[in-house]
Amino acid sequence: MAEATKIQYTAKDFKSDQEVRWCPGCGDHAILASIQKALAELGIPKEKYAFVSGIGCSSRFPYYMNAYGFHGIHGRASAIASGVKVANPDLMVWQITGDGDALAIGGNHFIHIIRRNIDINLVLFNNEIYGLTKGQYSPTSHKGIVTKTSPYGTIEEPFKVGELVIGANGRFFARTADYNLTLSTDVYKQAANFRGTSVVEVLQNCVIFNDGIHDSILDKEVRDDRTIVLRHGEPMIFGKERDKGIILDGLKLKVVKLGENGVTEKDLLIHDAHEPNPGIHYMLAGMKYPDYPVAMGIIRAVESQTYDSALVEQIAKVKEKAQIKCVDDLLHSGSTWEV
Amino acid sequence: MHIGYKKNILLQNKTSNKTQSIMGKRSQVIERDAVVIRFSGDSGDGMQLTGTLFSNASALFGNDLATFPDYPAEIRAPQGTVGGVSGFQVNIGHKEINTPGDYADVLVAMNPAAIRANAKWLRKGATIIYDSDNFTEKNFLKAGYKDDPFVEDGLNDNNLIAAPIATLVKEALKDMDMDPKTVQKTKNMFALGIVFWLFDRDLENTELYIDDKFKKKKPLIADANKIVLRAGYYYAETVEALNSSFKINPAPIAKGTYRNITGNTATAWGLIAAAEKAGLNLFIGSYPITPATGILEDLAARKDLGVKSFQAEDEIAGICTTLGASFAGNLGVTSTSGPGLALKSEAIGLGVMAELPIVIVDVQRGGPSTGLPTKTEQSDLFQALYGRNGESPVVVIAASTPSDCFNYSFKAAKIALEHMTPVILLTDGYLANGSEPWRIPSMKDMPEIKPPIAKYEGKEFLPYERDVETLVRKWAIPGTFGLEHRIGGLEKTIKGTVSYIPENHEKMTQLREDKVQRIEVPDLKVFGESKGDLLVIGWGGTYGHILTAVSEMREEGYDISAVHFNYIKPLPKNTAEIFANYKKLVVCELNGGQFVNYLRMKHQQFNYHQYNKVQGLPFTVEEIKDYCTILLEGKKNG
Repeated sequence: MAEATKIQYTAKDFKSDQEVRWCPGCGDHAILASIQKALAELGIPKEKYAFVSGIGCSSRFPYYMNAYGFHGIHGRASAIASGVKVANPDLMVWQITGDGDALAIGGNHFIHIIRRNIDINLVLFNNEIYGLTKGQYSPTSHKGIVTKTSPYGTIEEPFKVGELVIGANGRFFARTADYNLTLSTDVYKQAANFRGTSVVEVLQNCVIFNDGIHDSILDKEVRDDRTIVLRHGEPMIFGKERDKGIILDGLKLKVVKLGENGVTEKDLLIHDAHEPNPGIHYMLAGMKYPDYPVAMGIIRAVESQTYDSALVEQIAKVKEKAQIKCVDDLLHSGSTWEV
Repeated sequence: MHIGYKKNILLQNKTSNKTQSIMGKRSQVIERDAVVIRFSGDSGDGMQLTGTLFSNASALFGNDLATFPDYPAEIRAPQGTVGGVSGFQVNIGHKEINTPGDYADVLVAMNPAAIRANAKWLRKGATIIYDSDNFTEKNFLKAGYKDDPFVEDGLNDNNLIAAPIATLVKEALKDMDMDPKTVQKTKNMFALGIVFWLFDRDLENTELYIDDKFKKKKPLIADANKIVLRAGYYYAETVEALNSSFKINPAPIAKGTYRNITGNTATAWGLIAAAEKAGLNLFIGSYPITPATGILEDLAARKDLGVKSFQAEDEIAGICTTLGASFAGNLGVTSTSGPGLALKSEAIGLGVMAELPIVIVDVQRGGPSTGLPTKTEQSDLFQALYGRNGESPVVVIAASTPSDCFNYSFKAAKIALEHMTPVILLTDGYLANGSEPWRIPSMKDMPEIKPPIAKYEGKEFLPYERDVETLVRKWAIPGTFGLEHRIGGLEKTIKGTVSYIPENHEKMTQLREDKVQRIEVPDLKVFGESKGDLLVIGWGGTYGHILTAVSEMREEGYDISAVHFNYIKPLPKNTAEIFANYKKLVVCELNGGQFVNYLRMKHQQFNYHQYNKVQGLPFTVEEIKDYCTILLEGKKNG
């Protein structure tokens, strides 16, 4: 297939002919654009991509990608994606999911795909609300939120995606925001190149049912002071004036002001995304405004053997020594007798 | 049950010198067409292994046979109680054997609870060999007896053989450096030795098995088991009570290479065979559940044949990984039992909507809910046919004997792959754990499997474009250039585009149903007369019992015939044509009447009688005969 080697793509090549049916102004449009851009830059033949999703607004995503796509059932995308990747390890598998799909009905599959470290890229659109069912609270909704199913406010604590990922022995966790095309494209590319389950949490805005839910940290006026973009090997500096940083104070992270109390850049933590010990990554993933800036970028990226590659290796190893080479051999193995 | 050693044994009429010398001492040899033996004891007593070893030895001798393990759900229920009794029944014969037998001719009872559990399953005058060391007052109480079990259950007229097995085993191993607990663990081999003598079976093969299992890692255990096996054999020879033994001549069996096989292993192997024939990888996504777990275990062991086994986090993930694997171009299969099938329902619907080839094996057990996990039943039929939201047609087929699970799992995969549809294969606990000798087929004789894999033809691929005859869509494997497409659980057009257009939904619904209905399935074959007074209708795992009952009644002169269904949806085309030829129809099944009501719906012109049993047990031949006699004569048989 000569055509298959032609890998000069533009984002347009990944657009399917289907009408995009998300609400005008929905953050999903920007996510679609950044993933299409990332894919174009990766240069992998497009027939190698399989997009798998569950149910929810985010899960319509595969229909809009000119690639192989499987729109599954609610909560089960991690399981379906696991099957796709294990069956056909040559594919680059993307799972597109949301906070309800992945963390409520699909919570079990979500932690198990991470535990097994199956080499897929899992993009979780977090808008802290159920959109497709028109506005009920989700497992990431903050405590007290008033929604259609919590008219007096919720009384339950939310999950933090990053804490859950790292708690399930996750090897890759990144966070980005729907509007930020540059950061997002970079994060998706790194997730794609990472061997293992890479989870990307996208802070996404639901313009209809939870509009502005991330504004307290992502609004143009405040975002530089209330978020920090982590880059491997660089000191943890943030702020509009780049005058704030993060240090380790005893067992806790602490925000400091450069120049105050003799603090200099040298005192700041240097981000090490490749550190196997998840302690600092866990704390970084859990940082929450107003005590801390919210961490963006690649928070953790620690490679280890993937399930899919281990399975291929195990089969090859067993086959090498096998007495049984075909079904006829199998049927005649063990105790048989002639009549 | 796997036989551990790797030696192919050519069966001859061989009798070792030693056995021959013992033969000389047999004072009375009873020659029989068939004998039913039941091994029964605590679930830790090793009765399943004992039964299996005896079955293997009998198969090697040339008997036809059928086995039925009957064990509790609890791994180790309180010792000595009826709840903890584990049994293994085998029917061996020198004629064709189709069931494990209704009543035991020989019972090996390791404790009083085994008597309590089996008293009503003994033939009149049966031989009962029991471990008299275990027949203490304390154990009587545990088993729910006030006094002597044989008196209380009226069994004193039977041929009772009291063997102080615990003492004899201790004595046999007194020179071995072994702790008392390990010594007592060999008791089952003593019992096996007795039975081997009783049926004049060769010990050699079983000794080879013991060596293969233990010799390398635990040579002492291997020696102890062999010593005790022989001790049991010589004990039987010496003890006066055992003055008679049985002779079951080899059965006239078609020429070929044979092996013993259980339903679960046959199911697993049929799926591997189908993958090989289709030239595809086999993927199994599954979650352990009794009595289906053996299928996952057998497939997990077949990495040598490239099987990808995935032990999922739950039943839903089992089928969803399977769907993913099927989408990606593997033969995707999942195995489960009733409660698991319930959990998989939504995902089976996705398979129907997306039109992906998957096989779902449901090893039925007693329900509802957790029900009777280790017991057999046929009560998932409606769940298989209808247990999903929406109009959701799937192919439903059922295997009828342990060994034909191989053929039906192969066929399930063939239909799934060639017709791009989920197929539910129904087996049951009785088939899954039961075993029988099986003439090994050759792969070159198995039918071809040709999945409709799409090729790039220089134009846009339409995932729901169909073959005009079969209505089957093409399977485009991700990774193939130019065939990028989207499928999913939403209603769609021919292109795969989401569509809520009312007429399109109705059309697609009809197409999915028609696709299943157009699958060619073999015609029914009648056992007996082409017309007559009574037709006994069965499906799935009741085959052996119905066949035996009908054939015995025919020998007794009744006008009775039988027909057995393996294809439930779609039904064989000649179903109504056959039914029309009989005055009475009776449907026998192990549920409240699911198949009979399905037939009432599909072929309303007939009047159906029904005979149902929901006890977690297979039919007995006797009860089927009794019911059929009532239908024919208005009174009981005999």
